[in-house]
Amino acid sequence: MPVSRISAAFDKARSDGRSALVSYVMAGDPDLETSYQVLNALVDNGADVIELGAPFTDPMADGPSIQRAGQRSLKAGTTLKDVLALAKRFRETNQTTPLILMGYANPVHLMGYETFAGAASDAGIDGTIIVDLPPEEDMPLREAYAPYELAVIRLATPTTHEARMKTVADGASGFLYYVSVTGVTGAKKPVASDIAPGVQSAQRISGLPVCVGFGIKTGEQAREMAAISDGVVVGSAFVDIISEMEQGKSREEIVESVARLTRELSSGLNRNGGVA
Amino acid sequence: MDLRNTWDKWPDANGRFGEFGGRYVAETLMPLILDLEKEYRAAQKDPEFQAQMDDLWKHYVGRPSPLYFAERLTDHFGGAKIYFKRDELNHTGAHKINNCLGQVLLAMRMGKKRIIAETGAGQHGVATATVCARFGLQCVVFMGATDVERQKPNVFRMRLLGAEIVPVESGTGTLKDAMNEALRDWVTNVDDTFYCIGTAAGPHPYPELVRDFQSIIGREAKEQMLEREGRLPDAVMACIGGGSNAIGLFHPFVEDEGVRLIGVEASGHGVETGMHAAALNGGKPGILHGNRTYLLQDDDGQIIDAHSISAGLDYPGIGPEHAFLRDSGRAEYLTCTDDEALEAFQLCTRLEGIIPALEPSHALARIGEVAKEMGPDQIIIMNLCGRGDKDIFSVAGHLGIDM
Repeated sequence: MPVSRISAAFDKARSDGRSALVSYVMAGDPDLETSYQVLNALVDNGADVIELGAPFTDPMADGPSIQRAGQRSLKAGTTLKDVLALAKRFRETNQTTPLILMGYANPVHLMGYETFAGAASDAGIDGTIIVDLPPEEDMPLREAYAPYELAVIRLATPTTHEARMKTVADGASGFLYYVSVTGVTGAKKPVASDIAPGVQSAQRISGLPVCVGFGIKTGEQAREMAAISDGVVVGSAFVDIISEMEQGKSREEIVESVARLTRELSSGLNRNGGVA
Repeated sequence: MDLRNTWDKWPDANGRFGEFGGRYVAETLMPLILDLEKEYRAAQKDPEFQAQMDDLWKHYVGRPSPLYFAERLTDHFGGAKIYFKRDELNHTGAHKINNCLGQVLLAMRMGKKRIIAETGAGQHGVATATVCARFGLQCVVFMGATDVERQKPNVFRMRLLGAEIVPVESGTGTLKDAMNEALRDWVTNVDDTFYCIGTAAGPHPYPELVRDFQSIIGREAKEQMLEREGRLPDAVMACIGGGSNAIGLFHPFVEDEGVRLIGVEASGHGVETGMHAAALNGGKPGILHGNRTYLLQDDDGQIIDAHSISAGLDYPGIGPEHAFLRDSGRAEYLTCTDDEALEAFQLCTRLEGIIPALEPSHALARIGEVAKEMGPDQIIIMNLCGRGDKDIFSVAGHLGIDM
């Protein structure tokens, strides 16, 4: 029951008195075996939800870190099918951690929404964030997902005013991803007090858990965002660690660094632990 | 379905031309493009806006551009009469300024002070920088690093006009990459920035408003042809990258069923080599840069870099209305290689005393065959959408001439 995997993860975090840690990595960066080991390191060290990036040649919403990660992945030959196969392999040993595929519309569109939905469900994917499919354009995807209970996770942003939030919430499932800054991934540093009203409005109108992401890199930032949200998304910081393989670091060193950052972030998310 | 009198009703309320178009943007940009659409609807009903456009078109751009009978080319091919719509005589040397004026006036209505643009050949960048200088607005132009190198004269012109040029290194450093970077800038600077898109593509309402602003080309051509020959042409032709000059020429003729609409895509080294920019002739439908349209892409849906000798046609997609006109059979789309364009460039220069840009040289390269199959009692209008001054260095290079 994919959707329940998502809600179970948020329920558990809530009952532990903390915000969920949502971690993003690019599948196939720099190769699929590294991604597999990184996914397990994330989960073993406190990540509650995994976002698995699917590479695209033209990632318009991403900053340099994730752009380069996508290029490394594509250079290694990663396809959308490979990303799904990676998910399936992860599911062989993990039945509980929600797995969200995050990417752009064109590869999914070319595979065909229905074919993709069946394959994603079969691979143990729980939902998708397709960055360039706003509510106005995601109906075919929602229809294709209906038989599988795959979640259509939508983005809300600082430009999403109250009336627009209803459009964003209508038809959304799983959780909402609140983009903390106007900008690309990993660029600006978000300020909790600026976005708290938007996050609250997203929670109230959608009734879904709301995760905050874009630009959160340290335990301290994560703690600040945890205080105002149901989940904190960290992406570029993990991607930056993985990129060090290019400079000659070994897979083991990378996996260990990922584990360390996950522990640091995770320990910061206890809502009762006070805001730094 | 009876398609008569239905061509004109597109896009629909969702920004669709049949199955193409739409609004495929990240949520951050949705409120912005919805605002833009609202402002454009208001401007369309505002006689003041139209009057301001007309005045600038006439006194600043130099419209109407002439409709010129290319007598020697007509004789050379020995077929239909060939007319040029002389949009290369516009201020800044191409059709691009028609659209820039419209968008910058819209930006000012919306209170935006910073204009960003992408550019390939540099013509749209120069036109945007020009209009920004005219109205005292900040202008930032994103240009692929490869294009910065091959279009040096235009880069310098933009700098003279006060624009900041941002060379884009990602991808192959061409138009597609410049557009990605412009979108990233827009998503970052949502409050004060207006994105002035140069072609009839992107998320709705851009394909519609760019078409509408460029339709001055076809409206004038139609009126001039009626005055000159007392009848409509039998065909209108234009080169296609994103397709703004072509849609501007085609649109006013789209309801005139007797008028063939012929676009010419850049096939680079040849469609069969994979090194080309012919999205309709060598691509598949997909989603990029805010719209669903034909794209050059691989079997995994990754975008393939386009190739063309002409920086202005070097784009892996095409405006959604062209995709629609092609699939519905209303328009035809031919191709032209780099070498054929170079030959046509020289032929037109020698026979007509007009140095065309490499972009319309692609349409020129096919016009002979089309003219011959049509016969001398028929008429073709081709949009000579840009002048070739910007290309002389790169043409010299291709011809092996050391300047």
